[in-house]
Amino acid sequence: MTEKFDVIVVGAGMAGNAAAYTLAKGGLKVLQIERGETPGSKNVQGAILYADALSKIIPDFRNDAPLERHLIEQRVWVTDENSFVGTHYRSEDFNKEPYNRYTIIRVHFDQWFNKKAREAGVLTICETTVTELLIEDGKVVGVRTDRQGGEVRADAVILADGANSRLAVKAGFQKEIKPENVALAVKEIHFLPQEVIEARFNIGEDEGVAIELAGSISAGMMGTGFLYTNKESITLGVGCMVSDFKENKITPYDLLDKMKAHPSIAPLIAGSEMKEYAAHLIPEGGYNAIPKVFGEGWMIAGDAGQFVNGIHREGSNLAMTTGMLAAQTLVELKAAGKPFTASNLAEYKRKLDDSFVMKDLKKYRRMPDIFHKNKQFFTTYPDLISKAVQSIIRVDGMDKKTKEKEIRKSFVASRSIFGLIGDAFKFWRAVE
Amino acid sequence: MSKIEEKLFQDRYRVDSGRPHIKIKDPDHCTECLEKQCTICCPAGCYTKEDSGKVVLVTDGCLECGTCRIICQDSGNLDWEWPRGGFGILFKFG
Repeated sequence: MTEKFDVIVVGAGMAGNAAAYTLAKGGLKVLQIERGETPGSKNVQGAILYADALSKIIPDFRNDAPLERHLIEQRVWVTDENSFVGTHYRSEDFNKEPYNRYTIIRVHFDQWFNKKAREAGVLTICETTVTELLIEDGKVVGVRTDRQGGEVRADAVILADGANSRLAVKAGFQKEIKPENVALAVKEIHFLPQEVIEARFNIGEDEGVAIELAGSISAGMMGTGFLYTNKESITLGVGCMVSDFKENKITPYDLLDKMKAHPSIAPLIAGSEMKEYAAHLIPEGGYNAIPKVFGEGWMIAGDAGQFVNGIHREGSNLAMTTGMLAAQTLVELKAAGKPFTASNLAEYKRKLDDSFVMKDLKKYRRMPDIFHKNKQFFTTYPDLISKAVQSIIRVDGMDKKTKEKEIRKSFVASRSIFGLIGDAFKFWRAVE
Repeated sequence: MSKIEEKLFQDRYRVDSGRPHIKIKDPDHCTECLEKQCTICCPAGCYTKEDSGKVVLVTDGCLECGTCRIICQDSGNLDWEWPRGGFGILFKFG
């Protein structure tokens, strides 16, 4: 292609579509390249859409975006082999417009988001894999694709090529992602009649529930599970650190099947029809794993830049926001007639630092390391908590004081007094 | 059908016949690898252990997650690229 663009965006996921849309709205000439058959066909997410991040890009998205259900209830369950103990939070405040979180089906949503970008003037080319960046005199000047004569030039390239980003590694901008900084998640989508979902979760039309799970479902690994209600389907999955899978003897699909058979989950998906199985990497290294995110003629956004807030299960909103901020930086520079040099693109980093993205990631910067080194948070404590709750509930002739003593003893026997104090301190350090 | 085959049966692919996007560079090298974690970690079960100690890779069911590349990076024995544009897994829901 001999045509030259202001910006090339690699990828049509949350970050890529947010960036492309913002650039086109800002009057820039944008080429977006996607390797899938259609936008979304390579993309995988739980998925929850965070309205705030999208409304800053497309304020009236609710008019026509394919949304499944708005979430009115959040459940957090801790499991052992036979039990689960948890908290539910449901509020009518989440049942008032404008809704705060929605479940979505990514392939449907990404097609909509990309259509908005194309309507704004973006040229999107699908079924095209970017194989490497074109670099001249240390500056990114375009991309090479797997199409014949597939070199395209632009003044800047935004890498929004996802968790498994190859381009920045190949160009030497960042190192290969480490197994301890990334999780592998597997998920399935199960279809059920709408009224069955609404009865099982005690919800009305359009209302939804999100469940996050921890404990025995990760089989001793650092990981969590999830279950989200869509309109006529349920998505559920489990993700654990790749470094833990590497040491483990259980396959990801056996782990998922085990979770599906757990007494907390099995009745919710009983009688459903599974229609897709998917797997995806989730960057979990947090603040300390974030690579250099800009340079001469290039910027990186979304999962490719490791922008994921693991403990809050937020990623798509960070992807949209980083894509938008990268694009805004270019729009502002173009308007000021300034070139896309590294020193000018440093404005992107300043915008990130000022936003919730880096503030949140910085807050939890110690968390990945602490959870890696303290697997008791995923194994011992869920077991102890479950047994303690069961002991309190079960009426078996034992007096309550003795029960309390037994529970205290079980905690001390597992972790020792100093261990318990140390764990409390570590947990606080991880989330403070 | 094995459990993983049943799952993958629900998925849609456009297989790039004869052009696998992941290749084991030196199959003999895998015989020296004791863990062969690729045969456990791959969520699509693309890697199978043979009695000879070698590992057989069939990429047709690949979900393109990248886990194998990450766990095998130190060996340098995997040649890992994305499928050509338009080929590979085509998620219906994602």
